[in-house]
Parts: sequence; C-alpha cells; structure tokens
Amino acid sequence: MNKYVCPGCGYIYSEESGDEFEGFPAGTKWIDIPADWACPSCAVRDKQDFQKFED
Amino acid sequence: MAQYNTYNHVEKIKTKDTKRYLWWLPLLVAVSPIIGIKIYEATGNPLFPWLTPILWYIFIPLGDFVFGRDDANYRDSRSEEIENDVFYKWLVFLSVPLFYVTWIYSAWWIATVANSTTAYLGVTIGVALTNGLALVVGHELGHKNNQQEKNLAKLVLAVPAYGHFSAEHNRGHHKDVATPDDPASARLGESLYKFILREIPGAFVRAFHDENVRLKRKGKSVFSIENQILQSFFITFLLYGGALYTWGPVILPFILISTLWGWQFLSTSNYIEHYGLLRQKQEDGRFERTRPEHSWNADHIVSNIMTFHLQRHSDHHSRPTRRYQVLRSDDAPQLPTGYAGCFTMAYLPFLWRKVMDHRVLEQYNGDILKANLDPKKRDALIRKYTKGDSNE
Repeated sequence: MNKYVCPGCGYIYSEESGDEFEGFPAGTKWIDIPADWACPSCAVRDKQDFQKFED
Repeated sequence: MAQYNTYNHVEKIKTKDTKRYLWWLPLLVAVSPIIGIKIYEATGNPLFPWLTPILWYIFIPLGDFVFGRDDANYRDSRSEEIENDVFYKWLVFLSVPLFYVTWIYSAWWIATVANSTTAYLGVTIGVALTNGLALVVGHELGHKNNQQEKNLAKLVLAVPAYGHFSAEHNRGHHKDVATPDDPASARLGESLYKFILREIPGAFVRAFHDENVRLKRKGKSVFSIENQILQSFFITFLLYGGALYTWGPVILPFILISTLWGWQFLSTSNYIEHYGLLRQKQEDGRFERTRPEHSWNADHIVSNIMTFHLQRHSDHHSRPTRRYQVLRSDDAPQLPTGYAGCFTMAYLPFLWRKVMDHRVLEQYNGDILKANLDPKKRDALIRKYTKGDSNE
C-alpha cells in the first residue's frame, strides 16, 4: 500500500485508507484514481503532479 | 518597455500583529444593517437605513484612499504562530450566526415596521452587502480541511442562497482559474454585465456536475442526502420559506433584491480578481501552474480588513488552505484600489477598461495574445493593441 503527497499543500492520499468523501473506498489503488482528478484540498495540483510519499 | 509588475514591491517584515483587533470590524459590518435601523429609529434621519451601502460604496473606498496600503508580511516562524492562534478562526465562526441575526431582524423590520420604500430598499441593499460578506466568510471556511469548518461554510452560504459555492469554487475555480475554461475568470474586453450572465449559470452547472461526479463514485444519486449543495440549499429553503410564510408577499422584494445583489457582489469580486489574466499552455497541452501573476491584488488596508484579506489573492490561489490572517502580500499584479472602489469602477465598463486594459497588457509586455481574451472581441482587440498603442 502506497501513499502519494500533493507537492502544493501536503495533502496525502493513502491507498490503505482511501478518501471516503472523494468516493475512493479504503484500498483504492493510485492507478484507479481518475487521471483528471485534482488535489481535493487545494486544487492547485493535479494527480500527475503528486509524488510518492515515504513515511 | 513596460515593467513585469505595475507595482514594485519591497518586502516589509513585521513581527507584531497590528491587525489583530481590527479583524473585529467585519463583524460590525455584518450587523451594520441593524445598527442603521436602530440609529434611524432614534434620530429619524432617513440616511441611516442606507448605512451599509454608504459604508461599502463611500466610506470604505475613502478609507482605502486615506489609510493606503499595508504590504507587510510575517517571517515564516511568526506566521505559523499566528496561523495557529485560534482567536482568528473564532472571529470567523462568531460571524456566522450574525449573518442570520441580521437577515432575520432586517426581514422582520421591513415587513412590520418600515414606513417608507426608501427605508425598505436601503435595508434590503444593506442585507445584500452583508450577504456578500457572508460569501466571503463561506469562502474562508469552505477552504479548510476539517468537517467543522466545512459544515459552517454550508450554514453561512445558506443565507445568500449560494450553497453550491464551496463545490464550485474549490474544485472548479481553483483548478481552472485564469483559463478560458473557467466561468469565474473574466476575459479582457468582457464587461461586468456580460461576465455575470456567464459566471452565475456557469458556476451553478459546474458545481452540480462536479458534485455529481463525486457522488457517482460513491454509488449515490445527485439527489442523495449526501449532496453538499442540496444540504445548504435546504437551510436556505427553511430560512426564506419561513420568512415568506410568516410575513407574506411583502418580504418577496427583500428576498429577491438582497439575494440577487449578494450574488452580484460575489460575481463582481470574481470579475476583478483575474480580469484578462491567462495561464499559458505548456508544450504538453496543460496550462501552466497557477502562480502569483494570475491574480489581481490590492493591499489597501481598510477593504482588506473588511474582506478578510481576500485581496491578497495571489497568495490565496497559491496556498488556498492558508488562513486569512497570515495571507501574504505578493509581488504580483496590483489593482488601482481595494475591492470596494474597484466594484464601482467595474459597474462602469468604459471606466473599468480604461483603467485595467493597459494594466493587463503591461503584465504581458504588450503581447495581447498572452491575455485571456473575450472570443467575440478577439480580432478587434488584437487589431487595436498590436498597433503599438498599449495605453488605450
């Protein structure tokens, strides 16, 4: 399970917990997130700008 | 050759929060229609039902002229301290019930006490302006990443009947800002009136579209109880419906005028915030990232206090979740005055274009093709501004 971070605001998408509000249940893989999805926190950066996050 | 920025900014650093107690002032404006009514009842002076419009359209622009700019920022460590100080967010929370009190008291007063059409109209336009301020507060709250503030945003946005704002603004406007795809970014050559007619329906459609996409992913219908937009509009329905049921048709002009004028307040803010500015397309077909040069700013202190620093707009678009009290003044395009004065200019399209079009061109060193152009005026604008005359 991986995590991805928005380089603009620091929002973290975790595959393990998903994002319930956004409609991504726990376990939703990064590859299954729509390509046109933007950061739900700032909308300044898009999916393709996100970086892999290491704890 | 024109300067990259029309206002050369020398960064000032401060450590003391001199504005701390000034942030009470917007709360006073939030109840100013009631203050106006009370003074009117005490003195009989017919100007006082018009207190709020007089404040917004005369005294705030005058205050900007007299007190000028405040472009100081904090050092990062101090900024973090001030951002985490709960005093500031509690002021915003406290304003939320005040918008309800003002709306309900004003509605009651015009339905049962007001004895002239001018008093009715003055209070109505006053409430329209406090509705505009409620939208500013809803904007501040709706950007935060916690459910408490998001819920307060829905509650406060119900007063001006603009429950779709958070969905539209956060996911739509911030994503598409300063591109031709954004109904909430004004184009060079577009009048305020044309913009309002494009923006208000465009924003509504985009909000429902985006909310529908989100709900579909969850396997829910757009009419589900989870629809954030409908939740807010349900509160509006209770407020407006309750007033109509209690006081009858006499309240209808109040509701229509204050609501539509409040929407106009928001639309006019959007109009001046990005007028003519354009994010350029990159080779990969994406628009360049939103940067400070894609928003207009005004550091004028009086109107900035009244709008919770909304006029430090470039920084807001760079870091949308940053709290109002620590928004930074950026080296970015500058409006000639604060929002209150710019509103009146925008109401007069010939004046607005005279003041702003050359500012847009200066941002692009005279290259009109880099601006966000009104497609219907594109050819005429290119002809006009490629003759080397960038001052007209």
